[in-house]
Amino acid sequence: MEYEQLKLIEKSVKIPSGCGVAGIVNKNANRFSGEMIVSSICMMKDRGNGLGAGYAGYGIYPEFSDKWCLHVMYDKTGEKEKVEEFLEARFNIVEQEPIPVRKVKSLSFIPVLHRYFLDIKNKFSDNLTSEEDFILETVMKINRNFDGACVFSSGKNMGIFKGVGHPDEIAEFYNIHNYKGYTWIAHNRFPTNTVGWWGGAHPFGILDWACVHNGEISSYGINRRYLENAGYYCTFYTDTEVITYLFDLLCRRHKLNFEMCSYVLASPFWEEIERETDVKKKKLMKFLRIIYASAMLNGPFAIIVANSSVLIGMNDRLKLRPLVAASKDDFVFVASEESAIRKICPHPERVWMPEAGKPIIVHLQENKNYGEIKKYK
Amino acid sequence: MAKSKNISDFVIERDQNRCIKCHACVRVCANDVHFKDDATSEVASDDSKCVGCHFCEDLCPTGALVIRKNPSETRENAHWKKEYIYRIVRQAETGGIVLTGMGCDRPYKNYFDHILLNAAQVTNPSIDPLREPMELKTFIGRKIDAVNLDDLNWKTTSIDEIMSGLLELEVPIMFSAMSFGSISLNACKAIAEAAKLCGTYWNTGEGGLHQSLYPYADRAIVQIASGRFGVSSEYLSRAAAVEIKIGQGAKPGIGGHLPGEKVSQEISLTRMIPQGSDAISPAPHHDIYSIEDLRQLIFAIKETVDYKKPVGVKIAAVHNVAPIASGIVRAGADFITIDGVRGGTGAAPVVIRDNVGIPIEIAIAVVDQRLRDEGIRNQISIVAAGGFRTSSDIIKAITLGADAVYIGTSALIALGCHVCQKCYTGKCNWGIATQDPYLTRRLNPEIGTKRLCNLLRAWSLEMKEMLGGMGINAIESLRGNREQLRGIDLSEIELKILGIKHAGESW
Repeated sequence: MEYEQLKLIEKSVKIPSGCGVAGIVNKNANRFSGEMIVSSICMMKDRGNGLGAGYAGYGIYPEFSDKWCLHVMYDKTGEKEKVEEFLEARFNIVEQEPIPVRKVKSLSFIPVLHRYFLDIKNKFSDNLTSEEDFILETVMKINRNFDGACVFSSGKNMGIFKGVGHPDEIAEFYNIHNYKGYTWIAHNRFPTNTVGWWGGAHPFGILDWACVHNGEISSYGINRRYLENAGYYCTFYTDTEVITYLFDLLCRRHKLNFEMCSYVLASPFWEEIERETDVKKKKLMKFLRIIYASAMLNGPFAIIVANSSVLIGMNDRLKLRPLVAASKDDFVFVASEESAIRKICPHPERVWMPEAGKPIIVHLQENKNYGEIKKYK
Repeated sequence: MAKSKNISDFVIERDQNRCIKCHACVRVCANDVHFKDDATSEVASDDSKCVGCHFCEDLCPTGALVIRKNPSETRENAHWKKEYIYRIVRQAETGGIVLTGMGCDRPYKNYFDHILLNAAQVTNPSIDPLREPMELKTFIGRKIDAVNLDDLNWKTTSIDEIMSGLLELEVPIMFSAMSFGSISLNACKAIAEAAKLCGTYWNTGEGGLHQSLYPYADRAIVQIASGRFGVSSEYLSRAAAVEIKIGQGAKPGIGGHLPGEKVSQEISLTRMIPQGSDAISPAPHHDIYSIEDLRQLIFAIKETVDYKKPVGVKIAAVHNVAPIASGIVRAGADFITIDGVRGGTGAAPVVIRDNVGIPIEIAIAVVDQRLRDEGIRNQISIVAAGGFRTSSDIIKAITLGADAVYIGTSALIALGCHVCQKCYTGKCNWGIATQDPYLTRRLNPEIGTKRLCNLLRAWSLEMKEMLGGMGINAIESLRGNREQLRGIDLSEIELKILGIKHAGESW
């Protein structure tokens, strides 16, 4: 099949996929090489089929920690110039370069990959309610209006690296081991369809959110319509996209804390709410469930979501997909399988299975070495 | 009066070998179909009076009676169908409007029959409702778009204020507006008690709230219609919610008329009108000639109930339903009831019932989409009404975007109704659409309650099976989730209006 056709399929239909996910966070925000996450995700090779893998690292661009960093892929000639013209009108481009890659024989359909470090131009930033909304709008505009371009990472001091291939191939391609970060998440994809578009791989990210996900969201139809009301346009037709946007909407815009956010996304059952003895908490759970009914995620999922200050692992309300967590010293590990954790941390202090719908939330401490951690709370 | 030139709709076949001449049929038929032939002392029948309600057939101890469609045939004519010829004959004889009861019986395309549901296979697991929780709980009323943590005051609690304005339904099915007057008090009691027992709500219609129904008032949605019958501040304060009735699916744009002979003492007390006087509901509310007038009435009611109860507006599904619904949200209503073309009635002109309005499936789809386009969907609940026959109709309505549904006809069928469409005659043999004490006592409210609860239970079980099959365990994840629907045998424009894909299209 031609590449254009493959891309068309990926961009226009929703493809269910099974997957493997992994995440590592250092609570003291000390940076470590990406090698660890690569080794962890590659342990779960069976959970992917070579049709998508990716990584997200936080703290990887300390020299540009206050600049917005856009990773953009171009798969059509001429599109890069148009997008850059669009960016120049809105931003001061502080630095830009091709994302450094190595040749890996088995990979194909490789797009042009470029990264930009940006400052919002004064004439825009003066009138903004929030820089984040401006970036969000920029990303939405590029992804919707420029056919051959796709922004796949748009945070500060973080980056997403993904493509079509096995996780070891993608890691080698992007030189993941050369980056140092304090939080890493990774994805290994098993789509139930033939896909070949690099933009369709995961993690999915917006602003400094990155999300990896194993599962299928049966409530996708209503989640998507709900998000459209709030100005988020789902251009990739993936479940991961709606999850990421929901986190941004709830935690950043509506300022819910992560626990409250988990009550919305994996709402406690009415019976559970009834049983809750803390009156204030009970009221809040009920209230959130009523107000955010359309944001509830239904269907099987295990997700790992990160931003610069937190890492969250969460299951659906029935725990229909695996997720295991472990800790040692100031590290916390989350993965689909325990093997992926044991591979990089053979003797964890604690290993546990998060309960259905109950999130693991790991908050980071500030660390002067790489700059300020942004708090969404 | 001379014998009608119309031949009868039904023929009554009596097996004289089986008939034991007990005369039960003679005694029970409110239409005086059966009689004792003095000359032969046999029991005989006048077919022309039979409405086809099957009460006698049901009652006959020996099964001697069978009611059949009259096989007498006129020359077939695709244009001049029998019913049109009959109607003209009747009107030539009487010079009046032809009345009817129940919902539209025309074979307009039924979109529920052209929509298929999804189920989970492999990539997501289906969920077994016998083993896992499966939630149908639904809240009706105005919700806010976002929780503002800074504004949340836990003591005086804006949370409480918002929550107190919500109806909590254990199952997203409520009983539709049927007034005491259009149906008997026993029927009202059965419905009201069933609503209370099943954790849902019933609607008084515009008949007021009879004293014996006060125990069920906390589960009542009371109606304010153009006649304002039975409306008082007490009526509003007893109720769980208030519904302003602008229109009805069976007769959009038309008022109502309860003839004086039906206004008994009890009805007179409940409706607060003199005994024996006609109860006439004007076509419009004479204090609502535009949307801003509606807003004033909504807020007058909200003031009366101290903003503690949801106030809804019921309209018939008409061509412009989406913008009207949007106006109703902006006028301050907390829920909107949309009654489709197949919505039932106790009495309506047959030309109106059968020719005015649009199907509820389409109305739900366009209203839900319009309110989303305008970003106001979360501010209001959509209650759909008009011809829900089975739990799958309801699941489809919710998936198209309704929050809950009203059932009327199916509730009456559970009480014994055989949909003979003669409600307007007041001679309902099943004791439902009548005020004749000889007939109403046939309906035992306790048995009626049990049958209605059974129906709701059965439909809930079926809905849970369908939900679980889709891998969804809460009804709110299905609401408006049109990805779970596929059209079959629908044109592109129909699919577009319904906002669904055709069967065969994947995600």
